[in-house]
Amino acid sequence: MEFNFPPGLILVLGAIALPFLKGKIQQALIVLLPVMTLVLVWWIPNDYTLVLSFLDYQLSPVNSTPTGRLFASIFCIMTFAGGIYAMGQAKILELTAAYVYAGSAIGVTFCGDLISLFIFWEIMALGSTMVLWAAGSQSAYRASFRYLMIHLLGGVVLMAGIILHVHTTGSTDFTAMQPDNLASILILVGFLVNAGAPPLSAWIADAYPEASPSGMVFLSAFTTKTAVYALLVGFPGATILIYIGLYMVFYGIIYALLENDMRRILAYSIVNQVGFMVCAIGIGTELALNGAAAHAFAHIIYKALLLMSAGSVLMMTGKRKCTDLGGLFQSMPQTAINGIIGALAISSFPFTSGFVTKSLETAAAASQGMVAVWFLLIAASAGVFLHAGIKFPWFVFFQKDSGQRPPDPPGNMRFSMWGFSFLCIAIGLFPGPLYRLLPYPVEYQPYTASHLVTQFQLLLFAGFAFFVMLPLMKRTLTISLDFDWFYRRFLHIFAKEFTVKTSNTHIRIEHAIHQRIERFIKRLYRHHGPHGILARTWPSGGMVLWVAIMLAGILLTSALL
Amino acid sequence: MISHHLPALQVVVPLMAAPLCFLLGRYRRLGWILSTLVSWLCLWIAVRLAFQVADGGQIQYAFGGWAPPWGIEYRVDQLNVLVLLIVSGIASVMFPYSWSSVQNEVDPEQQPLFFTCMLLCLAGLLGITITGDAFNLFVLLEISSLSTYTLISLGRDRRALTASFQYLIMGTIGATFILIGVGILYMLTGTLNMADLSDRIGEIGESRALQAGFGFLIVGIGLKLAMFPLHLWLPNAYAFAPSIVSAFIAATATKVAVYVMVRYLFTIFGHEFSFSAMYIHWLLIPVGLIAVLFTSIVAVFQRDIKRMLAYSSVAQIGYMLVGIGLVSTTGLTATLLHLFNHALMKGALFLSMGAVCYRLGNTLIDNMDGIGRQMPWTMGAFVAGGLSLIGVPLTVGFISKWYLILAALEKGWWPIAVIVVLGSLIAVIYVWRVVEAAYLHQRPDQSVTVVEAPASLLVPTWILVLANYYFGIDASFTTGFTSSAATTLFGAP
Repeated sequence: MEFNFPPGLILVLGAIALPFLKGKIQQALIVLLPVMTLVLVWWIPNDYTLVLSFLDYQLSPVNSTPTGRLFASIFCIMTFAGGIYAMGQAKILELTAAYVYAGSAIGVTFCGDLISLFIFWEIMALGSTMVLWAAGSQSAYRASFRYLMIHLLGGVVLMAGIILHVHTTGSTDFTAMQPDNLASILILVGFLVNAGAPPLSAWIADAYPEASPSGMVFLSAFTTKTAVYALLVGFPGATILIYIGLYMVFYGIIYALLENDMRRILAYSIVNQVGFMVCAIGIGTELALNGAAAHAFAHIIYKALLLMSAGSVLMMTGKRKCTDLGGLFQSMPQTAINGIIGALAISSFPFTSGFVTKSLETAAAASQGMVAVWFLLIAASAGVFLHAGIKFPWFVFFQKDSGQRPPDPPGNMRFSMWGFSFLCIAIGLFPGPLYRLLPYPVEYQPYTASHLVTQFQLLLFAGFAFFVMLPLMKRTLTISLDFDWFYRRFLHIFAKEFTVKTSNTHIRIEHAIHQRIERFIKRLYRHHGPHGILARTWPSGGMVLWVAIMLAGILLTSALL
Repeated sequence: MISHHLPALQVVVPLMAAPLCFLLGRYRRLGWILSTLVSWLCLWIAVRLAFQVADGGQIQYAFGGWAPPWGIEYRVDQLNVLVLLIVSGIASVMFPYSWSSVQNEVDPEQQPLFFTCMLLCLAGLLGITITGDAFNLFVLLEISSLSTYTLISLGRDRRALTASFQYLIMGTIGATFILIGVGILYMLTGTLNMADLSDRIGEIGESRALQAGFGFLIVGIGLKLAMFPLHLWLPNAYAFAPSIVSAFIAATATKVAVYVMVRYLFTIFGHEFSFSAMYIHWLLIPVGLIAVLFTSIVAVFQRDIKRMLAYSSVAQIGYMLVGIGLVSTTGLTATLLHLFNHALMKGALFLSMGAVCYRLGNTLIDNMDGIGRQMPWTMGAFVAGGLSLIGVPLTVGFISKWYLILAALEKGWWPIAVIVVLGSLIAVIYVWRVVEAAYLHQRPDQSVTVVEAPASLLVPTWILVLANYYFGIDASFTTGFTSSAATTLFGAP
């Protein structure tokens, strides 16, 4: 039987029903919706396309491709685990918004044309804003507003690009492009805004940590990864992406190392990880694209796992700063173990999902002879281990004893974490099934002696470096003069200088802009407000004058021309 | 037999029902039922006519058997059947709505007059649309205008009287200009029949008198359609009229006036005279763009939401003028589409505000804090209609803006496209203000509790809201009709 229905819409429509249900039925729906969506994702045969006509254009909201299916599957799995994790804790508004958000992300992965892609893209922006907003705090409200602004801006750029593209080529198909004309550049920029690319990388760390514990789990998974999907399909092999990706990789590492809020560390780490994928898309070989897709798949799982762990800590302690936390392993062993598994996976520790997926990307750089890129990616892998792999679990679960003894979180949250931990290790041990799902055939063997040795060495030295520099990481004042002092301290000062300076100028500029806008609005109000010249409504005489002017204008034009 | 006389019945039925309604006098409910039934009958007639001309044909109906050009001729083609559908469709949704709303906003003894005027207004608007005779058009325009003045003055706010009086002065000036224009044309050609006029104007060649007549007509019609800066009568008229009147005239009267402008520019004068000789697009495009920007900004600052919607209407008319001014089939299609689509969105928005007015007594934004929770369906309709006004995909607003942007890009005039998008962004601001007040603010403690509006108000509102989405998703009917009408208008010499 053919069932040609956009799979994402199951989640979107089901989500709208959620607030009207209660108790067990609601919970059943939360669990069932992602499962039903996943079934439909695999029910629709490969390369199936549903074509609708809208205005004069062909839309294909159901267009099944291997890549889209891979992303849709992980999105479903993510929604499932996130739904269970959030159940009972999150407000129903948040769950509804999250399901709409997830559904539209799945919708994007099944779009064969740019117009339906744009529609799902915008629903996604609205859904994610609502997720943020549902956290309920004043800071979350403000963050959600900034977040919405950036995404609407991205949406406008994307729409302009799409209109121009459709206008010049006459085709709405969403296929591989090169950024060599204005239309595709605008589309690329629209995608990159969602990916967290420079110069707008800051929105991720700005907005996500303000979400509720479960909200951030959802947020981490969809927006950036949908952008990765869109780039993967739309711009494979666009060289500029290599550099953008590398920038994101190091941006994420540096800021994460300087950060004290555990969830902000993980937010910066999203930028860093997406940077790897963007870089691989820029390389553009089959191996690299496989790597980007596989890495996105694995990344969603382990990043969600890390955030679930961090979210549990936040929920049980109410604290989010590394300096306020520590020693929680005693009372939250399960959360800690899961956090560590996530941390190992993100650091590509052998036998975890990170090891078998990220290495595809580095191997792609190596096989293309891009020595510099390869070297930077390897170096960045060590950096990932530093900021996410050790820093997060160490400061939260070990280090000093903060004196807090919160218990592990409720069963549903533990269940989600264990489930994702299982996936992290299962993919690491048996990468075969994941490799078979990838868009291109894989002939890559992750478990070779040299790869294992390299990775262990890398991790060992990075770990060593971490503990050697531990005092520095804690931002205490004792500094040993060594070579690494140079680069760490230098970077630290540099970054600090930079952030302080920029924040000062930033405040000044913001103030100036603020004043200018205020003045502008006042002026607008003077002219357009209820008593303004342009909004006065009573004088009939004035209008008669206008009538005369207009008539004279028409007559004069016709007389003169 | 009857189907042959449908064009006449389209106007005669509401025209005859009006005095009947007045005679029913204090049986107010009967009067309302009569007018509702008449509006449905009008819609049925319009649909029948639409089927008859769907293939691109024309219906010519000679009144009283007097052959045109001596007698009055009614002529139905794809262009005006679309407007007939708008007017009668909107009427058939709004007349059922009117009962509850009018009970709340109009004095009981004036209600028979109210329904009578509504019917007269409907008859006038339908007549303007269907007639093929320039003088008949003027007469029907006066019928609809006079009844509209009365309707506006029935508003409870005493400022309604001033608003109505101001509209009367401006409307009369407009009508006079139109009459002068028609008079000049009659003097030049000796005929009043539109088709005949069109033939003879082509033969005249260059003539100062013709140009003067053109000028008078455009300015006169411009007053009627609230072309910027001749729009100043509109905000007060819409703001102080009873809610249902605001909704009805916002959705229909200006649309009919735009139709009249299209009819004059394309059918009677012909696009070559209007654009190549008179350069009228040099007026329409700037005026339209300024309207889009300025009145949208003015809308942002309004405290009364009905007035805000009124200013937004002027901006929307700006889009339509720009579409005409682009002088291309796509541009004209965009205008005609927006004609239809704007009727749907503004109708829905004004009806939802009518429901707010029903419960709150006014539509000031300060009083709307937190009513999103108390009136979920009403405010839901406003948000859904607002999305359409902004032009979010899957709504009708998106379709018309899309065509307009496309038409601008076709010409390579991308700044116009930019301004169109900018106008949408300003629309986001003014719609958001209402959303913020209704959903994000807390209802003040000492304020009166409000409850959801009755179903008699909600059902019509939501019918229009759903129409916004239905025609936004399946646009094949509207785009098909409008683009073939636009092609015909350009094909005609």
